[in-house]
Amino acid sequence: MNWITNFVRPKLQAFVGKKEVPDNLWETCPKCSQMLLKRELENNSFVCKHCDHHFRISAKQRLSFFLGNNFMVMDTPKVKADPLKFKDNKKYSDRLKEAQKKNSTYDSVIVASGTIEKKKVTVAIFDFNFMGGSMGMAAGEAIVTACNYARNNNLPLIIFSSSGGARMQEGILSLMQMPRTVIAVNSLSKTNLPFISVLTDPTTGGVSASFAMLGDIIIAEKDATIGFAGSRVIEETIKEKLPQNFQKSEYLIEKGMIDIVVHRKELNKKISDIIEFLT
Amino acid sequence: MQNFLDFEKPLLDIQSKMEELRHLKDNSENIANELSNLQEKFDKKLSEIYKELTPFQKVKVCRHQDRPKFDDLVSKIFDKSEYLSGDRLFADDTSLKGCLAKIGNKKFLVIGNDKGKDIDSRVKNNFGMAKPEGYRKAQRLFNIASKFNLPIVTFIDTPGAFPGVEAEDRGQSEAIATSIKKSLMVRSPIFSFVVGEGGSGGAVAMGMGNKVVMLEHSIYSVISPEGCASILWRSINHSEKAAENLKLTAQDLLDLEVIDEIIKEPIGGAHRNVNETCDLIKDCLERITEEFENMTPEEIILHREKKYLEIGNKFMEN
Repeated sequence: MNWITNFVRPKLQAFVGKKEVPDNLWETCPKCSQMLLKRELENNSFVCKHCDHHFRISAKQRLSFFLGNNFMVMDTPKVKADPLKFKDNKKYSDRLKEAQKKNSTYDSVIVASGTIEKKKVTVAIFDFNFMGGSMGMAAGEAIVTACNYARNNNLPLIIFSSSGGARMQEGILSLMQMPRTVIAVNSLSKTNLPFISVLTDPTTGGVSASFAMLGDIIIAEKDATIGFAGSRVIEETIKEKLPQNFQKSEYLIEKGMIDIVVHRKELNKKISDIIEFLT
Repeated sequence: MQNFLDFEKPLLDIQSKMEELRHLKDNSENIANELSNLQEKFDKKLSEIYKELTPFQKVKVCRHQDRPKFDDLVSKIFDKSEYLSGDRLFADDTSLKGCLAKIGNKKFLVIGNDKGKDIDSRVKNNFGMAKPEGYRKAQRLFNIASKFNLPIVTFIDTPGAFPGVEAEDRGQSEAIATSIKKSLMVRSPIFSFVVGEGGSGGAVAMGMGNKVVMLEHSIYSVISPEGCASILWRSINHSEKAAENLKLTAQDLLDLEVIDEIIKEPIGGAHRNVNETCDLIKDCLERITEEFENMTPEEIILHREKKYLEIGNKFMEN
């Protein structure tokens, strides 16, 4: 810092006005490193046109890809913030507020109803951008809400998971969302309403080890990482290199863990077809 | 010789002195007096230390290698038992055991983790970390209990489900999810006892009790303090802070209304008196079994579902 930066720059800025920096127009594909025009990428459902890499997308983007403009977002029960008064380097309540501000959503799961190819459905979508899509009390309540709505209105249920697992900052209360969400989806198995579980990148931990693996039909989006333990933890435990493609959708279908692997652009059609078969 | 934990150093010092005195083989009154003084000091210190264990000290106590293990619990609580094995699909996972068991005329089906007692059994039992075949064996036993109307007792003591390639390949997630689902559908009552380490999803898979009871110094957590510290603090050195923040002690869980009851451990922890610990568990089991004797299967299932759906209610905004 010297007097020029301290004095001249603010004056200059006040004079010419703050420079508008346009959002970066380009995105680099993390898989093939090709440069992609952002607008083009968006028009291509956030799939790399060179290598077919599926970018992670927000719950809101997912919602509009899936239900277009015609949907109703539901209110889900609110939680008194930070039941454990959890604090690491930062307070959990602050982290939560930050995430809410950044994503303009209440928590990691959005619940909505709408139509897909003229079929009415209930949908719950995890947002990985919201604290890693972690499942705490609010997310658990959202899944319960979605299941109740589907059951009361006789609608198929589709849950798009994208989550690192249970939210550590809510401790045992987040762990207890595993049985709570299992009870919720289980209540549909007493009806003839389909529950389609769509696993997107990444679905791991307490989410994959609860309702997400209990779908009547389990679809994995292409290229997603799906598993119980994180690959780093496994590598540290067994101290050897992991198999190629380990925990990827294409690996899981070979192991018999899921029904179908689907490209993002074909997802709507596939889900609609399955609903058609089951209802 | 007992295995002392790091914070039990004052006890180790007293014990060493006592052993030195005993070594003298001197029967004089002086020595006898000194020995009884030391014993008194030891007992006092022991109860002092155990009265105020920190969460991380409890983590160490609940992992103590001499803590009662599955075979101890079965042989000391029940009069008769018949071990059952295998998942009928792949293998028998000895980290998760099961048996038919009786107290007097009362019949039970018992399922529990077994961390192992010595190096060989610990390695064989994968340190208590079950693989999918373990959870699928549990599911098979849940079905037997449901069919023959046997109350289920689960003893939980696991660091968590095994994180490994073969476990993933055989569907660790599905195995845990289905265990939770199937245990919630069991037509007989389930009584879950966290006797040591209640580690994450691996514990939940066996912990869907109509009653969940914890031993005084056991823990139940979404993640190990070490795992939490390495993710949130980026260093395992912060495990102690993580243990405090996670609210993982039996006392915390009772406050949060996640568990129903705490069984007080003998002074100095369950590992210092396995027989007494088992007696206390037995008393509790006999008492809570009675509460469910006149309930129908439908009422039992509903009781369980309601219990879990209500967890966390006090933290919801109205």
